[in-house]
Amino acid sequence: MSRTTQAPKALRGAGNYIDDRFHLAKTGKKQLGKVFPNHWSFMLGEIALYSFIILLVTGVFLTLWFKPSMAEIVYHGSYERLHGVTMSEAYASTLYINFDVRGGMLIRQIHHWAALIFVAAMLVHMLRVFFTGAFRKPREINWLIGVALFALAMIEGLFGYSLPDDLPSGMGVRILQGVMMALPIVGPYVSMFLFGGEFPGEDIIPRLYMLHILLIPGILLALIGAHVLILWHQKHTQYPGKGRTEKQVVGTPMLPAFAVKAGGFFFFVFAVTAGLSAFVQVNPIHLFGPFTPTSITSGLQPDWYMGFMEGSLRIFPNWFDLNIAGYAIPTAVLVPGLVIPGLVFGAMALWPFVEQWISGDRRHHNVADRPRNAPVRTGMGVAGITFYGLLWLAGSNDILSETFSISLYATTWFFRITVIVGPFIGFMIAKRVCLGLQRRDREQLEHGYESGTIQQLPSGEFIEVHKESSDETVRVLESKEPVSRIEVQALDENGVESPSSRGMTGRLRQRLAEWYTRDNVSFEGVRPHTGHHLHHGAHEEGEHEEAREEATTSSTS
Amino acid sequence: MTENNRNHDTDPGAEGPDRVIGTPTSAEEDRVVSGRTGEEADHEGAYSAAETHSRPEEVQRKGERTASMWFTLAFLGGVGFLVSYFLFPPDAEGDPAIANPLVGQWANMLMGGTLTLSLFGIGAGMTVWARRVMPHYEVANDYDELPSAPEEKSSFSDFFMRGADESGFTKRPLMRRTLLLAMAPLGLAPIVLLRDTGPLPRDTLKHTLWEPGMHMVVEGGVQEDEDGWIHADDLRAGGMISALPYVAPDPEHPHGLSLNDQAKTVILLIRMDESEFSDEMTREQRNWTHDGIVAYSKICTHVGCPAALYESGSHRILCPCHQSTFDAANGAKVVFGPAHRPLPMLPITVDEEGYLVADGDFSEPVGPTFWDAQRGN
Repeated sequence: MSRTTQAPKALRGAGNYIDDRFHLAKTGKKQLGKVFPNHWSFMLGEIALYSFIILLVTGVFLTLWFKPSMAEIVYHGSYERLHGVTMSEAYASTLYINFDVRGGMLIRQIHHWAALIFVAAMLVHMLRVFFTGAFRKPREINWLIGVALFALAMIEGLFGYSLPDDLPSGMGVRILQGVMMALPIVGPYVSMFLFGGEFPGEDIIPRLYMLHILLIPGILLALIGAHVLILWHQKHTQYPGKGRTEKQVVGTPMLPAFAVKAGGFFFFVFAVTAGLSAFVQVNPIHLFGPFTPTSITSGLQPDWYMGFMEGSLRIFPNWFDLNIAGYAIPTAVLVPGLVIPGLVFGAMALWPFVEQWISGDRRHHNVADRPRNAPVRTGMGVAGITFYGLLWLAGSNDILSETFSISLYATTWFFRITVIVGPFIGFMIAKRVCLGLQRRDREQLEHGYESGTIQQLPSGEFIEVHKESSDETVRVLESKEPVSRIEVQALDENGVESPSSRGMTGRLRQRLAEWYTRDNVSFEGVRPHTGHHLHHGAHEEGEHEEAREEATTSSTS
Repeated sequence: MTENNRNHDTDPGAEGPDRVIGTPTSAEEDRVVSGRTGEEADHEGAYSAAETHSRPEEVQRKGERTASMWFTLAFLGGVGFLVSYFLFPPDAEGDPAIANPLVGQWANMLMGGTLTLSLFGIGAGMTVWARRVMPHYEVANDYDELPSAPEEKSSFSDFFMRGADESGFTKRPLMRRTLLLAMAPLGLAPIVLLRDTGPLPRDTLKHTLWEPGMHMVVEGGVQEDEDGWIHADDLRAGGMISALPYVAPDPEHPHGLSLNDQAKTVILLIRMDESEFSDEMTREQRNWTHDGIVAYSKICTHVGCPAALYESGSHRILCPCHQSTFDAANGAKVVFGPAHRPLPMLPITVDEEGYLVADGDFSEPVGPTFWDAQRGN
């Protein structure tokens, strides 16, 4: 490649023009050299970002034809099967996009698929950040922005789903309204104000439309901007490995490699979305028919991200519904509709601070944890996934009951029980698995890895030869730090209760710290490849081996 | 063009920082001679030679070919997309061919498929470019030291406080407080402005259109005139009809009831043998029935889905949304699921010709249970 020593004239001109006005040369060099650590799990957030871009672009296209109006008309458009049916203009215009706008069906399906992928990618990205402890100081604020983004994306999705005014979409709005009505005192007012009167009224779709295409995407855009800027400023976390320290990040620089890789990845994400939209039908509103408040079909399923809400509405029993002096407090609506999402999102938002409080860990963390090295956190994450996952499945209990020929009520009872028991079991299993993996790590660190080579000793005993792990592996294994915890002594040296452990919160904190750290496998004093197993295969070479080990340890430490 | 590029690639490879041994270019010998320091000096990449692991020229050349192949494929896909767009032109009446759902499906697959090919080709080409032609980078950056130095912090805080003091904001409480006071009503304004988004509930939620003597028609039925009235004999024991009140079409509602009214007035008419009624049914509730026919609101008291499924054997009404189950033979009492309140009952009777008519409004407010739903007024 004949190296271009000087930028082409046009580029130089543009560069100078910009720099004359913004003084960007130095910043530009630094930012274009920003390093992105290489790991597949760092692409999850990218998927979400790219899906959002796809959503913006396809959404603009759809607004060119969609009419957010609930005025009743009798359909006489291109889709013959619905001729003569009374419907809203919103539904009719969606049919128009499907059957009169070339590519309209495709873009609608891309929009819908991209929305499903957007929320899914956010969720998985969030789990990655959670399990690797990437939310820890200094990144708590970005974590909070992430939680807000996830919640907003769910609402944005629900509102978008509601716009075409087909039967399932209207039913979603109806359920939303039903939950609103249950709010003590203010419920009927909130509902009447939002709907401009009684359900369904004529205002809700124009209002949801405004929220869906203007207000919420605006907030999403701003938050995503903040999310990315903060990430850019603080730089990525990275997984443990050679040369990767709390002070230094290793990876691919923006210019040229990452820019091209990320660009390519955008096209992959778009290609997958387009491929799904081409060949897998999603939300065929023309088959569902227009919304009427009097009809329903069985086996209705919301978009996946609303499934956990649907599930909790299905399984929460009416036993706790209160009736105070004739005033109803329908907990069977309020708890699934408000308390459970509050619990899910609240727990996510609070966890970084709870963990910090329990562990007393106020250091900066740039090297991500391996999930096994934080067993309680991992356990909590798995408990959360179990809780969410079971609620999500419960949202399909009628389908499950139909598919597997189980009594409908039996599935309800199954989920009522497992949703409470499951998280505990999930927590325990995950934590035990983590601890087991820690032990294996320690063993591998001490003894090297099992080579698969069997040797027979002179005594006739068979042993498997352990070999030294690579430098990289040793680095990764050694990355485990002792789980940090507050050092609160119940009594100080004078026998006086220390202030930090005094009182209810102090004791609680101490308990929690104990719970957080108690079973952890200690790596203290473990030096790589010093275990006796290495000597097994080679008694006669013992001294030689020892010397070599000394060399390895001194070089690594 | 391609030929040209390839030449470009080969000759300056000599100056390249390629440290991978076994590459068949002439660069090889040069490098061996030049040694480490020379290599560093020769290095022309954007990042230090130690952090840049170039691909062998042969790999690069192959990569270029593969990437170009993908890009060509993407080009073809893109052209295919444009072609397939114009493959489905409007007919003489102006309807595009996709107005036929089957054709629409093919159009969707063709356009989507070519678009996918085009996007995938670009993605794959760029990936090959990054992975085969570009060097593999392992560049290290320092994380920024996050907390500022104590001097910086105290100097900032000093500066800020001096500025704040100078402004008089802290020293002049009267001004500060009146400013805050001035803000308060403005903060309320946006909330107040939302007042006209809808009317107050008052007692609209507690009443429906039903009044004594109103006839009924089948919901979703075609006959919207008087011929559609439901007669008591239209229902057999074990049968169920979803019905609406009959209102003569008026200019405002050419199609009969508005959706709002439908949402409140829709009922399930269920007939069973009177002996099947539960003993728990009150005398009042029995009075609301007619000859084994009961009428319940179809709107679930949980969150408002239509409770549209009825099993005549067990007299159970099931809402397919969240599976609240009501006993039709016992005043629609909840027997399972999340709903709490029974479905409100509509008192019915017959007119002199035997057509079913309402005998009043619902026993309770219909739809999702709200705060004062069960407070009479």
